[in-house]
Amino acid sequence: MSVLPEPTAAPEREPVISIRGLQKSFGALSVLRDVDLEVRTEENLVVLGRSGSGKSVLIKIMVGLLQADAGEVVILGQSLVGLQRRPLDALRRRIGFSFQSSALYDSMSVGENLAFPLRMNMTDLRASEVNDRVRESLDEVGLVDSIGKMPSELSGGQRKRVGIARTLILRPEIMLYDEPTAGLDPVTSAEINELIRKVQTDYNTAAIIITHDLSCARATGDRVAMLLEGRVYRSGTFDEVFDTRDPLVTGFYDYNFIRESTP
Amino acid sequence: MGAHDEVGRTVISTSIDRLALGVHDGAAFVGRFFKEVARPPYHLREIIHQCYEVGYRTLPLITLTGLITGIVFTKQSRPSLAAFGATSWLPSLITIALIRSLAPLITALICAGKVGSSIGAELGSMKVTEQVEAMEVSAINPFKYLVVTRTLATTLMVPALTLYCGVVGLFGSFLNVRGNEAASLASFLKSGFSTIGFLDLGSSVVKAAVYGFSVGIIACYHGLRATSGTQGVGRAATASVVMSMFVIFVEEVLIVQVNVWLRGYGL
Repeated sequence: MSVLPEPTAAPEREPVISIRGLQKSFGALSVLRDVDLEVRTEENLVVLGRSGSGKSVLIKIMVGLLQADAGEVVILGQSLVGLQRRPLDALRRRIGFSFQSSALYDSMSVGENLAFPLRMNMTDLRASEVNDRVRESLDEVGLVDSIGKMPSELSGGQRKRVGIARTLILRPEIMLYDEPTAGLDPVTSAEINELIRKVQTDYNTAAIIITHDLSCARATGDRVAMLLEGRVYRSGTFDEVFDTRDPLVTGFYDYNFIRESTP
Repeated sequence: MGAHDEVGRTVISTSIDRLALGVHDGAAFVGRFFKEVARPPYHLREIIHQCYEVGYRTLPLITLTGLITGIVFTKQSRPSLAAFGATSWLPSLITIALIRSLAPLITALICAGKVGSSIGAELGSMKVTEQVEAMEVSAINPFKYLVVTRTLATTLMVPALTLYCGVVGLFGSFLNVRGNEAASLASFLKSGFSTIGFLDLGSSVVKAAVYGFSVGIIACYHGLRATSGTQGVGRAATASVVMSMFVIFVEEVLIVQVNVWLRGYGL
């Protein structure tokens, strides 16, 4: 196994996410086996891996949707081990989670989808302030005209954008994207990739992007970590990870048809 | 011991294990409701919205069912009472039957069918499309926002609908009595209410509240445990209705026993 060091992380930046020895099993199936990861301030880390390699499980553990069997996850200086509901919720307010399915509330309009977490978490905000924040967030993703639409009236790409806008409304310090380009056409995927980069620069967020799409990994990641059989198999910049003849890595690369399409 | 015995033993043992686990999970779910209900935030806006959904939107169905029950029950009872020359007892008989049993039971069963399936399907759909998880990661407690509000709404609205069903049922009965005996509304009500007391009305309301709670909590329980996509949503809706109806009938038997026991003490 060829695990590279993590050479590109700027040494002066402090880690905002630190994962050590993370393990998770579902019955007899061991999904994560001893995963170590670190993400620094304003850094985008892409976690690559095949379907079922435990990528989504990893970020669900990071927001307390799943419990790890062993290991430690420290986010923004706070360990998740034994964290009670109230401090966990306080931490969740600082983390934006973009779901693969967008997970928009289908009984609410686009505007209400964005206003809902704001009204629930910032009860002292006036209605006009909530409205301003909703418009501002939708403007960030270029969908302010869709404020009154229902989620069922949106395309897949628009739903992803609204999902991202909903996470941005609470001004998170960390973003977690679960398969942000899954099921989208290449043009829409490129727009979403651009949006992820825009969020990073405009909101100074650190992010973990879970994907098996190498175009997305190349466009959005400062660093890439490749998960294989529940472990980080290789990590580094995109070029460092894929500059190898290791068949397990090149197979993944060829499958995405990047080698043929890039000069 | 044959292979069939072995298989049978395994099936029974698995079924008992699943039943025990289900009862344990259900009890923990109910326990969590009582723990969460007293804690802020109370989501009053959502409770009012759910009361509207449960109460107002069920009114037409309750009106129709209550009215028909009153008319049909009176019509069916008349020949038996007439055989003894006791048709003057019709208002009393109908009032006792409606207030003590029919109104709470009919209302609860209608709510189990209409509201229970709706809540089960709604929460089930939210669960399988990750909307419940989206609430969690936004630091919103889905149990409090979805389960507590809906269960409170059904607990409050089923008694209100029960009283309404009773009134409409009595009106239906009066229409039939007036058509046959030319009685006035005042004499019908006076005769009917002379035979029921506080215990009848009180126990009817309490009973309806218990049924309402059961419908709400069972529907939420099955909805939030939905898995496997749209098929799971359908299963959650069906399980909500079937389990709610079963529990309502069990509660009816128990509450009637308690009523009989209280009457024995002259209450």
